[in-house]
Amino acid sequence: MLNYTFRRVLVAIPTLLILIVITFLLMHSAPGGPFTSERPLPPQVLANIEAKYGLDDPLFVQLWNYLKGIVLHFDFGPSFVKKSQTVNDIIAQGFPITLTYGGLSFIFATLIGGALGVVAAIRKNTFIDYFAVGISIGAQVLPNFVMAPLLVWLFTLTLGWLPGGGWNDGALPNLVMPVIALATSYMASIARITRSSMLEVLNSNYIRTARAKGLPERTVILRHALKPSLVPLISYLGVAFVGMVTGSVIIDVYFSTGGLGQSFVNSALSRDYSVMMGVTILLGSLTVLFALLADLLYAWVDPKIRY
Amino acid sequence: MNTVTEVKGRSLWSDARRRFFQNKAAVAGLIALTAIVLISFIGPFFAVWSFEEIDWNTMGSAATLGRPSFETGHFFGTDDLGRDIYSRVLQGTQISLKVGVIGAAIAVIVGTVYGTVAGYVGGRTDQIMMRIVDILMSIPFMFVLILLLVIFGRSETMIFVGIGMLAWLDMSRIVRGQTLTLKNKEFVEAARATGVNTPTIIRRHIVPNLLGIVAIYATLLVPLMILTESFISFLGLGVQEPNTSWGALISEGAGTIRYDTEWQLLFPLAFFVVTLFSFFFIGDGLRDALDPKDR
Amino acid sequence: MNILDVKNLSVKFDTPDGVVNAVNDVSFSLAEGKTLAIVGESGSGKSQSAFSILGLLPKNGHAAGSVKYMGQEILNLPEAEMNRYRANEIAMIFQDPMTSLNPYMRISKQLSEVLIHHKGLSKAEALKESIKMLDAVQIPDAASRVHMYPHEFSGGMRQRVMIAMSLLCRPKLLIADEPTTALDVTVQAEIMDLLIDLQEDFGMAIILITHDMGIVAGSCEETLVMFGGNVMEYRPTLDLFDNPQHPYTKGLLEAVPRLDQDVQTLSTVSYDFLEGGKS
Repeated sequence: MLNYTFRRVLVAIPTLLILIVITFLLMHSAPGGPFTSERPLPPQVLANIEAKYGLDDPLFVQLWNYLKGIVLHFDFGPSFVKKSQTVNDIIAQGFPITLTYGGLSFIFATLIGGALGVVAAIRKNTFIDYFAVGISIGAQVLPNFVMAPLLVWLFTLTLGWLPGGGWNDGALPNLVMPVIALATSYMASIARITRSSMLEVLNSNYIRTARAKGLPERTVILRHALKPSLVPLISYLGVAFVGMVTGSVIIDVYFSTGGLGQSFVNSALSRDYSVMMGVTILLGSLTVLFALLADLLYAWVDPKIRY
Repeated sequence: MNTVTEVKGRSLWSDARRRFFQNKAAVAGLIALTAIVLISFIGPFFAVWSFEEIDWNTMGSAATLGRPSFETGHFFGTDDLGRDIYSRVLQGTQISLKVGVIGAAIAVIVGTVYGTVAGYVGGRTDQIMMRIVDILMSIPFMFVLILLLVIFGRSETMIFVGIGMLAWLDMSRIVRGQTLTLKNKEFVEAARATGVNTPTIIRRHIVPNLLGIVAIYATLLVPLMILTESFISFLGLGVQEPNTSWGALISEGAGTIRYDTEWQLLFPLAFFVVTLFSFFFIGDGLRDALDPKDR
Repeated sequence: MNILDVKNLSVKFDTPDGVVNAVNDVSFSLAEGKTLAIVGESGSGKSQSAFSILGLLPKNGHAAGSVKYMGQEILNLPEAEMNRYRANEIAMIFQDPMTSLNPYMRISKQLSEVLIHHKGLSKAEALKESIKMLDAVQIPDAASRVHMYPHEFSGGMRQRVMIAMSLLCRPKLLIADEPTTALDVTVQAEIMDLLIDLQEDFGMAIILITHDMGIVAGSCEETLVMFGGNVMEYRPTLDLFDNPQHPYTKGLLEAVPRLDQDVQTLSTVSYDFLEGGKS
């Protein structure tokens, strides 16, 4: 297990490096520098600013400094547009917000989706099964950017129960719609995956063995069937995580929650490259880290992978 | 010899066709999709307003004067700028479908070539190629795609290429897996034993046998591409005015829903939802038809 | 008293293409400590008969008729009541040891849970009993191997584990569904010898389901031959071997290759009898 962990971490590191290098090179291949805007600056001023931000150094020196800043000080440098703020400031503002509703969505999708899938499989061809299958088919066409306006239409405009946006320090009424909008399609996928793997496990020979042992149905399911049926889910959780991180951009924009996604889109629209880079790298590292955790969990659950 | 394989091939596919047409959801999907494609191309001939035209009467008062109506010629209503939603939805449909199909085609071609080579060559090459896929997979590509669009401008080509490049990774994994199983089949060994060279084996024996699974995933990729494009357009980073797409229309509709112009959201959303359902059902139908042991 | 009396047992399956009769009107009985062989080819309904006795049919399967265990009707008992018989009175081992053990649980847990559930033993006692039983089925170094996972055992060893698991509660009847089919030939003989030895030690009755006439000869008092869900012949084994009545049985016996005769071609079972009498 230790050996496996070590090797898996060894893969994660180059992944992160590649991510940083790709974003860095992309940014620097942009036509014109960050300060060539509509209002051309006098060449002397431009040279001064570029010297200040180290933009006149050779590319690999800049890359090296950028990498050093991130690795050693967790420093993503200054914002090119909002002169008073560093990228770190912007991240520190938005990240806790994204983490709160994103984390809640992830937990919500996994728990509800998983439970729905398990129950649907155990009660196959009953109402709850049809319900679970129905919503998992329906939710395929209800991604976050469709769910968000529909939820606002229902809960804010029609029923008037929930505020249509804002963060309000993460008060419950402000959290409900972002969490549901972000979680729904992943919850449905998780339900579908869990249901089919549970059905497969329930038809397996070892479950027949467990039944032949005279164990009560509840024990058969909880002790023998549950864990194996959740294994395929683990690899999907990585996908769901990336999807939710990406979807948080929509949530932030539509609900004005003020998370990282909002900073990302704002910086994209104002070509604030250093903020875009910072956010991309941070969220990218998060997904790489999560993929790592998921793989380790996988190895921990499945005795055949252990070394 | 040739006739024998031909007859066999035909019976296999006709068998699959029979299974596909027995699947009611898949057939309904096929009909709905055909209808939507036809509407998007024939519909503009019946439009009173073009998608670029502005109806100055309804501008600024879409909630009252811009309602869907036959009298004004705005079958689906207008937006607050006085633009005809009917024409815009049809135009958006064309663009979204185009992005979906081209994006999926790019993904399928790149993924199939990559996966076939990795799976067929095997060994160290395979390991390295798949490790690269692993690494790329854990990068949140939507952000990179948005970076690309911001840096190199929001051209349509960029969107096609960007979205296509996002999706080839899954495809390459699936194709590789299938190639690995095919590689050890007797007919491939026979070809190798008789001295057929590798590119020819791949072209003649591996790729044709991959067609079924590629067709299934290609059908399922199109809606994913449409979803991705809609996502980007929803953020205002995709297709540029005066052109539009479902994502852009849904985004506008979602933004103005507070002003009682729900037709702006519902019409594009209906096209979007029906199309996605159709593709998913057709994809499932193909999977059941071509790969009946699965399920 | 007979340990098991089966009368007019039939099993039907609901399938998308209609109802399939897997077993028709099977009757037999088994005395304590004796062995009955149920012989037939795949699809003859022999395994489904066995599953129906313990209520282990898939959800779309239905059994009718009567199965009496020690005079008590047990066919189609509610799940909770049936669970008192399973493993405790009647145990079962299955054809494929590679997939019959839970790959995600240690052997120790899979064994001891039976004792904890049925006999109310503590964890430590149950583990001790489990190790003893693994010793009894001749698994070397049982005390340490008990903590391993199934994938760390070979096929033959896994079948030994299955046998140990089935015997933990000292059942009076063991149903062995093709216990050696999935194993190498040399291992097959070891497992059969083990089963016979254990039967002497524990004194349980055995229903041995197999398609291999060779196994039947050495170990079973009575033999029931099934084909297409129907009983072809049901007689004492020696009698059956000496003087098979039914043409299908004759075919089965001729299909067993023998070393003491020089044959050019192996014989296959002929289905000519179908045209005369049945169907």
